[in-house]
Amino acid sequence: MRNDQIESVTDLTVRLIGRTATQVMQRNVDVTAESNIGQDLGIDSLTLMNIVMELEDVFELSIPLDRLADVETVGDLAALINELRART
Amino acid sequence: MSLLDKHEAYRQAYQTIRDAGADPFNVHFEAVLSPSEGVLNGKPTILLGANNYLGLTFDPSCIEASSAAVHAHGTGTTGSRIANGSFDGHLELEAAIARFYGRKHAMTFTTGYQANLGLLSTLVGRGDHLFLDADSHASLYDGARLGHAEVIRFRHNDPDDLRKRLERLKGAPGKRLVVTEGIYSMLGDGAPLKEFVDVKREMDAYLLVDEAHSLGVLGEKGRGLAEALDVEADVDVIVGTFSKSLGAVGGYCVSDMEGFEVLRVVCRPYMFTASLPPSVVASTLQALHLVETQPELRARLTSNAQRLYEGLKNLGFQVGPQCNPIVAVAVADQPLAIKVWRALLDAGVYLNLALPPATPDSRPLLRSSISAAHTDAQVDQVLAIFAEVGQTFGMISGSARQRARG
Repeated sequence: MRNDQIESVTDLTVRLIGRTATQVMQRNVDVTAESNIGQDLGIDSLTLMNIVMELEDVFELSIPLDRLADVETVGDLAALINELRART
Repeated sequence: MSLLDKHEAYRQAYQTIRDAGADPFNVHFEAVLSPSEGVLNGKPTILLGANNYLGLTFDPSCIEASSAAVHAHGTGTTGSRIANGSFDGHLELEAAIARFYGRKHAMTFTTGYQANLGLLSTLVGRGDHLFLDADSHASLYDGARLGHAEVIRFRHNDPDDLRKRLERLKGAPGKRLVVTEGIYSMLGDGAPLKEFVDVKREMDAYLLVDEAHSLGVLGEKGRGLAEALDVEADVDVIVGTFSKSLGAVGGYCVSDMEGFEVLRVVCRPYMFTASLPPSVVASTLQALHLVETQPELRARLTSNAQRLYEGLKNLGFQVGPQCNPIVAVAVADQPLAIKVWRALLDAGVYLNLALPPATPDSRPLLRSSISAAHTDAQVDQVLAIFAEVGQTFGMISGSARQRARG
């Protein structure tokens, strides 16, 4: 896969995370891969778990909670989702 | 720079609550007079947030048993069961709990929190999958973190959602453990255990039910929701606590699982903490005896719960979906919730102010827990105070109040 293709997979995942976060939080959430989930977006731990539960349905995959320990930015979350998708 | 700077956001959030004129996490009772009344700021206050479901904290026979035990066996065990050994009382209590549930095995813990930490971290391990109801108590989440299983949340009380998530892992190796509660501590709603049991059977999973808020509360014998719904045979492990209906402190689990005893040497929250003191063991044994021999306590609790739940509902408050001894009133936003909580307290009613993220749906809750010890007069007084305060803050209309009276 070329670099720009890898880039676009991440962009798409980031966009879907933004859309899902907007839906769960019932307010517009503008995200970029660099957005820090807690500090920039004001998402607390419970809301993040709710967003992740929704993302599991969006991507039809299991995202174990223990994997969220290393997730700080939206880009981290997108990378985790893409890794889990590649595994299935 | 301080070591605690990382908690700045929480410090500010807490400060905002205190600036609003309340400190719901630091209430000081100058005296506790009975299971239903305490003294706060020099004033008698109705205790409506104590989880003291059967009102046994002041039962004379429990106090007598506890006092005899402290004289006979001392104030503490000063160590864990594996290091300092078990006292007669520990073995007697475990036998009594196993008998009460009709199970082969029982194990006690020093707190209910530790029971959940211990079980969730040892029943499943690396390569296994743990399915947690989204509204699970913090002790279940923490137990999940202490272990090494992969943790998946499912939508609260939603068996179809659980099935969907179990199906996603079809073919993956490892065991599956599903975790639910009997009565949920925030809204007082019960789990659809029959439907969960169907899913568990279909998907070849194990089921653990935390009956912390339903022991002594539900079921003909007081064993909890699994008994009430007649699904005990399909629940692999039941956990619970002595700190609510039994009026003391401590946790337990019961099971028929083969090889159960190995838990005593692998369950770290059991192994590396001091065991329950003799006085607590003795009052718990007596309280369990009362649960078994005085079903009228449960009947009284149920009737009080109905009086409070229906009363608040008729006044126009938004209560939880089911009538149980936990009765929660939803409030629109946090500043209002703090003001109303404070006003109720000033008027002589203490209950719990539950704030997000500890509540479902990110709504603040005024959470009460009724007791068999509350008198009709106390419940009516609570309703009158709720009506007054609710109207003052625009939570209910005056006409709703009139209707409830009429």
